[in-house]
Formats: sequence, C-alpha cells, structure tokens
Amino acid sequence: MSSREDILGRVRAGLQRNAGNAAVGREVMAAALSGRVQGPKPAMDTTPQALLERFRVKSEAQSSTVDIVAAVDDVPAAIARYLTAMNLPTTAVAQPALATLDWAAAGLSVEARGARDADMVGITGCFCAVAETGTLMMCSSPATPAAVSLLPETHIAIVHATRILPYMEDAWDLARKELGTLPRAVNFISGPSRTGDIEQTIVLGAHGPYRVHLVIVEA
Amino acid sequence: MEIKSMRFKANAAGSLANVVLQGNLKNAKGKFVTKRAEALKDLDDFEGTRDAAVAIRNKVIDNLDLWLERFEQKAQETGATVMWAKDGAEVCRLVTEIARKHGVTKVTKSKSMLSEEAGLNQALEAAGIQPVETDLGEYILQVDNNEPPSHIIAPAVHKSLDDVADLFHKVHGTPRKTEIPALTREAREVLRGHFLSAEMGLSGGNFLVAETGSVALVTNEGNGRMVTTMPKVHVVITGIEKVIPTLEDLSTLMRLLPRSATGQSISNYFSILTGVKKPDEHDGPEHLYFVLVDSGRADVVGTDFHAMLRCIRCGACMNHCPVYQTIGGHAYGWVYPGPMGSVLTPLYAGMENSIDLPHAATLCNQCGVVCPVKIPLPDLLRKLREKQTERGLRPLTERIGLRLWAWVAQRPKLYALGASLGARYLKWLAGDADRIRLLSTAPEWTLGRDFPAPQGKTFRELYAARQKTAKEST
Repeated sequence: MSSREDILGRVRAGLQRNAGNAAVGREVMAAALSGRVQGPKPAMDTTPQALLERFRVKSEAQSSTVDIVAAVDDVPAAIARYLTAMNLPTTAVAQPALATLDWAAAGLSVEARGARDADMVGITGCFCAVAETGTLMMCSSPATPAAVSLLPETHIAIVHATRILPYMEDAWDLARKELGTLPRAVNFISGPSRTGDIEQTIVLGAHGPYRVHLVIVEA
Repeated sequence: MEIKSMRFKANAAGSLANVVLQGNLKNAKGKFVTKRAEALKDLDDFEGTRDAAVAIRNKVIDNLDLWLERFEQKAQETGATVMWAKDGAEVCRLVTEIARKHGVTKVTKSKSMLSEEAGLNQALEAAGIQPVETDLGEYILQVDNNEPPSHIIAPAVHKSLDDVADLFHKVHGTPRKTEIPALTREAREVLRGHFLSAEMGLSGGNFLVAETGSVALVTNEGNGRMVTTMPKVHVVITGIEKVIPTLEDLSTLMRLLPRSATGQSISNYFSILTGVKKPDEHDGPEHLYFVLVDSGRADVVGTDFHAMLRCIRCGACMNHCPVYQTIGGHAYGWVYPGPMGSVLTPLYAGMENSIDLPHAATLCNQCGVVCPVKIPLPDLLRKLREKQTERGLRPLTERIGLRLWAWVAQRPKLYALGASLGARYLKWLAGDADRIRLLSTAPEWTLGRDFPAPQGKTFRELYAARQKTAKEST
C-alpha cells in the first residue's frame, strides 16, 4: 500500500468514514469553497481619504517611510529626492512594468529588468495595498518579478491611492476579478525585513531590504 | 530528532541549575506576553475572530481526508508534485531523492519544524548534500554544533547576545562584534552567498490553501522569500493537518497568528505561493514539491486529542506557561516545548517516551486562555495523565502511593487525623516564613519553586470552628 493510501486510510478510519458522512462532508466542503465566508474584521472608515491616511499611519508604524505625490509623472523626481536625501545610490533596478517612466529626466539611472545580487535599490509597483495593516500586495509576473522587492537593500514601492483597499479580503476579490487565478507568488510586504532572534531585540534588515520607502500617487 | 523527553526531570533540574540559562530566560520572560497583549488591542472582536478560527480549523480536521484530496488535486493542477510521508524516515528518503534527481549539492532552509521532527539535516549531510539553516535563530543553532531549538518561533531565545558574539567570532573567524545589528549583518552576508548558490530551497508551510493549491508562509526576515524565490527547486514539508479552505480563511487566521506569536498585527512577509515559474518569468522555482507528512497525525484524528490538530504553531502557550518560562524549551527533550509540546510529544513520539511531560504543567490554564484556536490544553494534559494510568505507565511508587491515599481517604477520621498532623508538621517546618524553601521529604519538588506552608489548621477544622461560631451567635 502506498503511503498516501495508508495515511488517508487511517484518517478515514479515525473519522469513521462511510458513504453517508462522506456525502455530508462533501457538501460542507463545497459550501465552504463557494461561500468564502469572511471572519470579523476591525471597523474602519473606508472613505478614500481615510484609507490613505490609515495606510500611511500603519506603514510608518512598520518602519516604512511615506511620500505622497499628485501624479505618476512626479514619481521619478520624488524617488530621486529620497535617494539623494538618504545618501543612497541613484542607480536602481525597476520592475519591467515601470520601464515607461522618465527616470533619466530625474537624474536616475534605472534598468528595467529582474533583480541581481549587486542591485542596491529596487523600484516596484504593487498590485494593491491593504489599509488595515499598512501592507503592500505584490503579484509576481514577467513584468513584475518578485526579487526586485527582496534582493536590494532599499525597496521603493509606488502605490496608487485608488488601489488602497480596506482589508486583505478585498485584495483577494480584486485578484480574482483582475487576474482570475493566483500568480506564482503573492507577497504581502509590511515594512523592511527584520529579526528579533537575538535577545528579542528587533533589528531592521535581516535577509531582505533594510528600508522600504512608499511613494503614494494621489491621482 | 532524537527523543530525550524521558529525561525530563533531570533535564529540568539541569536547566534550573544552569545560571547562564536562568539569566537568559529571565531576560526573555514576559516580552512576548506584553507584545501580544498590546497587539490584540486593535482587533475589535478578538473573541469573534477566535471563534471563526476554531470553526475554520474544525471544518477541515473533521473532514480531513476530503480536504487533503482536494488540496492535492488543486496543487497538481498548478504544476506541483504532491508526495506523502508516513514518518520522518520517509521524509528524509523523499527529500534526498528529490535532491539527487535535480543534482542538488546545497539546500537552503527556511524554518521547518517537520524537518526537525524528521532529523532531515543529518540525513541530507549523510547523503553528501549541505543543508543551510537561514532563519537567524536556526542558523545560530546550526553553527553551534546543531543544537536543537528551544522555542518554535524564537529558536535561540535561550542564548544571550554574548553567546552569539562568541559563537560568530569562533565560527566565522571575524573580529568579535557586540552589537546585535552588526551580528545580524554578518549572518546576512554569510547567508546571502548560500541563497544565491543553493539549487534547492526547503520551507515549512504555515497553511495549505485548498481553494488554490497554494502554500502560505509567514516570515519576518525574508529568508522564507529567498528560499522560495532563488533556487530552481522548492520543497514544502508540512503536516497533513495544515489545510484550510479559502483565501478568506487565510485572512482570518492571519489576524491571529502574528499577534499571538510575536505581537505583530501582521508579519513582514506573508507569501502565498502557487505552482511553478512560467517560462517567461524572471524568478521563482521551476519545480515545486509538497511533502505531506503524517508522523502520528493521522492516528490523532477522531480521538480524545482531535482538537490538538487545530494548532497553528504560534507559541503563545509556551510564552505564557510558568513552567516553560522557568526551565526553557530544551528540558522538554523533543521538537515542541511548552504545553503544546507536552501534548504533541506523547502523541507523536510515544507516550512511553515522554512519561513526565503531561505532568510538566500546573494546569493553571494560561495556555488555554491565550490559545488563538481555543485548544483546551489543560484538559488534554489531564486526559494524557488518565491514559498513562490506564496503560499502567506510571511508576510503581506513585501507584502504591495513590492506593494508600485512596485507602486512607475512605476512612474520614483517619484522613482528618493525618491531614491535621501533616499541616502542623509543615507549619513547624516553615517556622516564621509562609513558605518552605527546601522540603526534605521531596527535595526535587522544591528545587525550582517554594512550597507554600499551611497555616496550622486543616480546612475541615476551620469549617467546623466557623459552624460552631455561627451556631453560638444565633
């Protein structure tokens, strides 16, 4: 007997499985999968302005920094200002989806491709953002490779205010609507990587970025 | 992992006598408790969320066979390979075979308690494959002669900054650093090379999503993302009980898991991984394997201990346990310490191999109160004690002692006399203090705790006196 049959056989024995309770079990399963019942969620003001504000406050609480610009064309200049102010390199890798922005005009040297170990700054968009916890939802694809938000020491993410949603549940709905199926990797990111493994003291910058900077586009 | 739970009493005595460990435990104590309490404040309906989580977990474990079949089918549809392992030996065999098939010489590992259960690192080494632990805590333990973890979330919580400074200086051959950020950067730089060169990444799984055939991983360091993004092969090793129905259920459970574990409203990284890299994608594994592990779980289904399968491995029970806080995790002698470990070890590693663990609890129910999925841990511990007695596993002296007590207890006058003499003897022993530091008849009992001294009279004597006063005043 295969291990699969052995394991499932003992689970079935434990549940006293028979045709009757299997039919009931299948109904429960079908109802759960189609019903997608949501659990209790913290109350929230869901007006656009309140969502943006909550997202900003929660992001800062996760040690991200936040900048707000009026339009997407203002993004390269805002990123250049941040990098200069932080004394960081102005050479960066950006996800291919962002290749059309005029980086050179802002004095930035940006290559639109997947990330390499030597990249010091990584610029990404995000699929959407979650106001409840101050979280970015990143969906991997050829135009949005996952490692750009992971390998570089600095991660800069562009967030469109219209895509700041109240809860993670809303993000799943949007993904189902726009993508159909889940991409290979959905990464929810909430601030720079960190560890508390030595004396429970939180240190920013474990294996991923040391800093996360968010540029929110209002328009 | 080798089971050392039979030596619990000796292990615990050793932990209590270890001055360095006691200092480190004292330093760690309470931090998780405070952070959790703080993080619960922004959940409006903690109780409602807990109830929802219980319902989600029950829904699956009450029909576990059906949900496993469903998950397997969906995972296969995404291009993943699903394998089943009855025990640790089979986990080791399957993972070694996968590694050989893909010509793997190095494996980077994100934290997996199942691989600790199976002793996978040793098996990989024996097969000439290098396993590299990448969670900072696990890495510290691996380079310290493969020391076992003492906590499921913070594996090196028993070590001090000084311990780590000495260790890195010795192992890396670098100047001794005394700042935690500098030590963290040193580990980052050492491990970055491994992340980029390993051909295979290995992770546990916090949840398996039946709706999509995905694995969900919760990490803070980013090592979980590294091992599932950079190497060409990703192997997920996880227990068969980890399935949940939908992405909505994942969101509900995620409101509880990081808060209960580390006191965060969400962990830094929460990754939901589905299938393999598409041909035109820049990163991600080309091969994805799930190893679904039984190792005792299937035999718990439908028993008195069924509720234990709800466990989401947050560690809140051990963080709040007075026994764990005093002796640390190593004394428990296997992979899982604290109250959840005292239930899981007898079930998964054998009741006869862990005779003392169900007794390593005061039954104060702190664990039951904080458990996000409401597992009645004290009830399960009590049930395990019953099973031990039924199976005649308790020591002869204890069995004789209990018989003797039962005989006396059935003779009220004799019992009252005995209790009265005992109470007065203990009061005399305590002298002016209200506690006894060393009980000469049971010295090991007072090794790590004081014995509260009776105040002179027994309950029945006090009761009788009060009745008499009441009667006189009417």
